[in-house]
Amino acid sequence: MIPLIEAANVSKRFTGGLGREGTLALAGLSLAIHVEKPSIIAVVGESGSGKTTFARLLLGLAEPSGGEIRYHGVDLKRLDREAWRAFRHDVQAVFQDPYGVYNPFYRVDHVLATPLRRFRLAASRAQARELIREALRTVGLQPEEILGRFPHQLSGGQRQRVMVARALLLQPKLIVADEPVSMVDASLRATILGSLRQLTDEHGISILYITHDLATAYQLSDSILVLYRAQLVEAGAVERVVTAPHHPYTQLLVSAVPRADTTRDWLARDEPSRPNALAPTAAGCRFAERCPLAMPVCLAAPPSLYRIEPRRAVACVQYQDHPALPPGDPGEVLSG
Amino acid sequence: MSEPILRVEGLRVTFDHPQGLVQAVDDVSFALAPGERFGLAGESGSGKSTLALAILRMIKPPGRIAGGEVWLAGRRMADLDGEGIRTLRLAGIALVPQGSMNSLNPVLRIGRQITDAFADHGQHLGRSEQERRVRALLAEVGLPENVARMYPHELSGGMKQRACIAVAISLRPSVIIADEPTSALDVVVQRQVMATLARVQQDLAAAVILIGHDIGLMAQFVDRLAVMYAGRLVEVAPIAEIIAQPRHPYTRALIAALPSLERRGTLAGIPGLAPLLRDLPPGCAFHPRCPQAMDRCHIEKPMVRDVAGGQVACHLA
Repeated sequence: MIPLIEAANVSKRFTGGLGREGTLALAGLSLAIHVEKPSIIAVVGESGSGKTTFARLLLGLAEPSGGEIRYHGVDLKRLDREAWRAFRHDVQAVFQDPYGVYNPFYRVDHVLATPLRRFRLAASRAQARELIREALRTVGLQPEEILGRFPHQLSGGQRQRVMVARALLLQPKLIVADEPVSMVDASLRATILGSLRQLTDEHGISILYITHDLATAYQLSDSILVLYRAQLVEAGAVERVVTAPHHPYTQLLVSAVPRADTTRDWLARDEPSRPNALAPTAAGCRFAERCPLAMPVCLAAPPSLYRIEPRRAVACVQYQDHPALPPGDPGEVLSG
Repeated sequence: MSEPILRVEGLRVTFDHPQGLVQAVDDVSFALAPGERFGLAGESGSGKSTLALAILRMIKPPGRIAGGEVWLAGRRMADLDGEGIRTLRLAGIALVPQGSMNSLNPVLRIGRQITDAFADHGQHLGRSEQERRVRALLAEVGLPENVARMYPHELSGGMKQRACIAVAISLRPSVIIADEPTSALDVVVQRQVMATLARVQQDLAAAVILIGHDIGLMAQFVDRLAVMYAGRLVEVAPIAEIIAQPRHPYTRALIAALPSLERRGTLAGIPGLAPLLRDLPPGCAFHPRCPQAMDRCHIEKPMVRDVAGGQVACHLA
């Protein structure tokens, strides 16, 4: 079965200009999104991990420096007009900033009506109106409270849900949601994430959830990819990866989330500033300089990805006794 | 409790709005013990940052302090003139502002931004003494010496936030107000910054007011938590008690809205939206969103009452 969207060993290097080396934003990463079985895949990492770069590559907003993004098996660069239009329809985006995506001079209706017109999804104005009202209700908004208003008259949470409604209107097959809840209040976060889950469970839309927030990734997604400075470090079923992280970086990430319990050992577990005496190299594991378990071998070459369980792969030499996967390609570890 | 270092009594802040007067902070009272870590939690628009600015007397028109008193180390802030207040800021009470990225001056080196504080407060030091103090402050917040010669854009988010802490503690205040100091940072960096704040706070024996909406962060950092809703404090209690047994339904909802890392499918939102301050519902401002609201909550505004270990403003508690 050919996946709807496939990232095949994609990498991105931002050039430094005038022969400077530039920054590697994403080292070869592979991911196939099959839509026969809709699911939510989280891509988690801190700033500089390459997660947003990966989202932009998948959306066709940036070109990979290596590897390719394929839509129905065809490289995005080689899509004809027709296929590009179909791609634009099948893959929708929800961005982080619910303030920046609106044109303040247009009523909210505009962002909902335009895509319907663009893709000729409604036969009449009346039908367009009905589709819009239905989409708004699906994400938990009252159409009467939203339509006819200007963006500044809505709250951040309402604006973000309108964006989810907009993505839903097009009945896409995949939504790439880049930090959709990082700018809304905790109380609204659950509602928006609930709307996203509903899109997958009830409307069969797959979601790629890009975030720095491990806890919401755990609550929302089925599987997870953890990136650290352009490299994939751990991937698999979210339940396994979050409750029993195996890569030292994933372990650090999980321990750094402050929890509402009264044990209060969070500050005491702060990371030591120099966990080992090794001098970092450009060639090796990117996490080596912060890793309490780092060995000289970690500096020689990037670690392979080892499949330590049917639904989990870890890029760390500690697990070299397990079968190795192609670098950056968790493959069926995610689909399982 | 020993003599409080900061005492806030009946503080009110109003904003003039075309559609009438807006009460952003409504009759807020609390006291901080020296060295105490006090949390102030609530959704955006609940008035928590306005309360911080009111304590610092930094409210600007159309806002104004409409009532109440603030005492810092036994001195009534209202008795001080503009110059007196200015001297008190940094030296007595300091702010680590929200979004440190934007509060540093982009065209001045970090060292200069610290020494400006000395000069501003009439401490005209020699160059070597200035440099020595800057080095000591940077070391205190865990930054290398050469940061003094750098511009803000050369620093990472976590380093900028630490630089802001260095500025805030430069005159050894007895109260530090930290307004969402880590909201823009990654979790690992967040913990480093909070550990830094905890350390300098202990070194100075300063009290801290931590403003934020992350109950997890509050649970791990503060001694006592105040929950703010629509400009009022609705619950104040020691952190262990409030986490184990929240009394106000809003506090319960805030805690439930924190995504858990232990059990999936437990994430709950708070139904409805925070009310507009210029259009508050009658009775308890939380009643339209409260799962336990009774008839009385629609009519009568609950007063803050003392309960074992703290205060709560709810007819049910």
